[in-house]
Amino acid sequence: MKKICLTIVGIYIGLLAAFSQASSSTDTSYKSRKLKFEEANFVGSYYQQDGNHAAVTGGIGSQKLNDFSTSFDLKLSKYDRHKRKHIFTAEIGIDHYTSASSDKIDPTTISSASYADTRFYPSLGWSRENEEKGVTIGAGLYTSTEYDYQSFGANINFAKKTSNRNGEFSAKLQGYFDQLKLIYPKELRPNSGGGGGSGDDDDDDDSYGSASRNTFSGTLAWSQIINKNLQLLLEGELVYQDGYLSLPFHRVYFDDNSVHIENLPSKRLKIPVAIRLNYFLGDRFIIRSWYRFYKDDWNIQSNTIQLETSVKINPFLSVTPFYRFYQQTAADYFAAFKVHTAADTYYTSNYDLSTFNSSFYGAGIRLSPPKGVFSIQHLNALEIRYGHYQRNIDFNSNIISLHLKFK
Amino acid sequence: MITIKKRLLVFTSLFTGMLASLSSCVTVKEYQKNKLNDAEMSLSSRKIEKTELNFQSYREGASGANGGKTGGGCGCN
Repeated sequence: MKKICLTIVGIYIGLLAAFSQASSSTDTSYKSRKLKFEEANFVGSYYQQDGNHAAVTGGIGSQKLNDFSTSFDLKLSKYDRHKRKHIFTAEIGIDHYTSASSDKIDPTTISSASYADTRFYPSLGWSRENEEKGVTIGAGLYTSTEYDYQSFGANINFAKKTSNRNGEFSAKLQGYFDQLKLIYPKELRPNSGGGGGSGDDDDDDDSYGSASRNTFSGTLAWSQIINKNLQLLLEGELVYQDGYLSLPFHRVYFDDNSVHIENLPSKRLKIPVAIRLNYFLGDRFIIRSWYRFYKDDWNIQSNTIQLETSVKINPFLSVTPFYRFYQQTAADYFAAFKVHTAADTYYTSNYDLSTFNSSFYGAGIRLSPPKGVFSIQHLNALEIRYGHYQRNIDFNSNIISLHLKFK
Repeated sequence: MITIKKRLLVFTSLFTGMLASLSSCVTVKEYQKNKLNDAEMSLSSRKIEKTELNFQSYREGASGANGGKTGGGCGCN
């Protein structure tokens, strides 16, 4: 009888233990085995610019450009048996532009092959977070293809949270390996004889040489929660580039009226450091501020400041006006149209490398109702943003973007 | 016309003010992070800024430290 009682108690305890174990482990293993949809994002933009300093025509001429860009990304997650969270991301982007200055690479044609181009850029990412230890590691792959440019990139990253989960250190290493076709201005092509060669538009793949460009960057960042309303991010980056850093279709006119292809050093070291401070003021205002100092060994020095304020009209609707001010000094190798001399080793008339300042301002509106935008349950948020960019040197642009978030 | 120095001064003052509140650094518990976890409080650049960051990195000599591009893709027009 004693044996039977002990056996029954033993079986009961065994079952109970097995059941309670199964309960908790089932919960964990359920998470680990099932790939969960986290979110998907669509971003579409229309960008239009105009100016009068095109680098293709030596620092003079139209910079008119229109660009449509779209990207779609997908984020999935799953837990493994060690309770670590894996995040998988995939993104596809497509840009299509038309450019007035690119059309001047070969002015002998009515509309050359370079007048328009499409860039296709898919990427994949993975990260694994140990929520218990606050450690995240990750890696990513990237490629970009356009008519005259091919790029492959890879990155690895690491992040560790502080024990109180109020601070986080992160590090990232990136490498990009690019190949570009050497499409020179028509009159400067080796076989053109200075007079346009065959006279036909012979823009085929085999007729161009190629060059490589490599970019390596290392980023260190520290984010810190200051209090319930304020957090900051400190970020520093070291970027090293080598290879062909000029662009083959940028003309430079010397003071003696001769025309040359842009020639820039084959190495460049860039150091940007930035601080971001976000503050939730009361219940309705979010102030986002950002400052960056930048310096490189081509002697460009720059300061950028950005301030935007999200005003929450209600918990699901916000309006965000923003302002960004940018200022830079010129690269040592920049000079305007017909200013360079034959004594210059390096030369460019690309006004993106000149002294200028710019203002970028506009506003965005964001909708995120609890039942979904337009009552579409999975359409979690919709955001539209417009910005106008104005330089002090005869250049302006406009951009309008749409972001749809599905969850 | 506001000079560059004046604009920098205004922003520097704003930053200094916000940095001053660093002295009140406290440990914030998970349940107290509802404002910090708001989508618009994110410390990274936002998705909708993606194309803006691209054109800025193409059109300006400076780039980096903002989650934007530092390489890959020409953007040379």
